Amino acid sequence: MATIPADRSTPVVLPVSKAVLWLGITVFVALAVYYFVGVDQGATSVFGSDTHVHEFVHDARHFLGFPCH
Amino acid sequence: MEKKLILRGLLAGGLGGLLAFLFARVFAEPQIQAAIDYESGREEAQEALDQAAGVQVEGHEHEVFSRALQGNLGIGVGMVLFGIAMGALFAVVYTVSLGRVGQVRARVLALLVAGGGFLSLYLVPFLKYPANPPAIGNGDTIGTRSALYLVMVAASVIFLVVAVVVGRTLSQRLGAWNATLVGGLVFALLAGILMALLPSLGHLSVNVAQFGEQATETPLPLRNTQGDIVYPGFPADTLANFRLYSVLAQVVLWATIGLVFGPLAERVLGGGKRAEVLAEV
Ligand SMILES: [Zn+2]
Repeated sequence: MATIPADRSTPVVLPVSKAVLWLGITVFVALAVYYFVGVDQGATSVFGSDTHVHEFVHDARHFLGFPCH
Repeated sequence: MEKKLILRGLLAGGLGGLLAFLFARVFAEPQIQAAIDYESGREEAQEALDQAAGVQVEGHEHEVFSRALQGNLGIGVGMVLFGIAMGALFAVVYTVSLGRVGQVRARVLALLVAGGGFLSLYLVPFLKYPANPPAIGNGDTIGTRSALYLVMVAASVIFLVVAVVVGRTLSQRLGAWNATLVGGLVFALLAGILMALLPSLGHLSVNVAQFGEQATETPLPLRNTQGDIVYPGFPADTLANFRLYSVLAQVVLWATIGLVFGPLAERVLGGGKRAEVLAEV
């Protein structure tokens, strides 16, 4: 097997300790969006018994594979 | 560097979500409408049965949003937001993986990470608990079903990380090809064992009490007291099409993320010529 020249591979190793703040914030916000699109106001609810979020993204929730109803 | 990559992840994810929405609007919405029509027809048949039996019929629940709003704007916002969230998670995994998963080009790494996201966040959970259109699903089990689904998602992510670590550890001894095969086998075994251990939705005690021993929550034919079928079971073609389109929409989403992010990342990384190698972990 031919070896891949070093400059064509992915040699950049980001020191995770420096990037951890931005990476952490991104993961947190992404998981929050995932939760509101997929789960909230079904099994658990952040805004009590309101169903507006659930009903609005309802079709997407079904189609993205989340349990609903 | 990480901020640039995250921004491009959001961009690729938003675009992927938009394309998945267009796909959903054309292919999924007719199936969703068919499922809702089935549900209302079934409710009417059930009411007629209840009335004949002298049972009090409950009034209809009112809709919060119209079907037109749900089927156009709602699904669009939902799909795009989901795409952006997946693009964000993708960018984080990509950033951490850079230079830590062997000699892989920036573009190829984007496709690998996107494939991993598709597999662990959607496809493997789907194999155990597939997507269902409206009308399928017992409202009394939504808590258990949500928990089971999220367990499948979280476990698939963990299993994939384990498989990658195993593959990386063995790659010196076995070579990249064989180590990758072993990693894949480890993932399939772990996922298979978990799927065998978790219950089918039809086997949840609430469902067994209400409907007897069934594999799923897909509605069976409705029968009157004589046992005659007065309303059919859920249409098989609608269910099959809905699930197929659900898988294809996720393929569209993740393929877009991988294909769009790769070249963008390559430009950020400057082909790696200027970048200094810090450390192999
Ligand atoms: Zn629903």
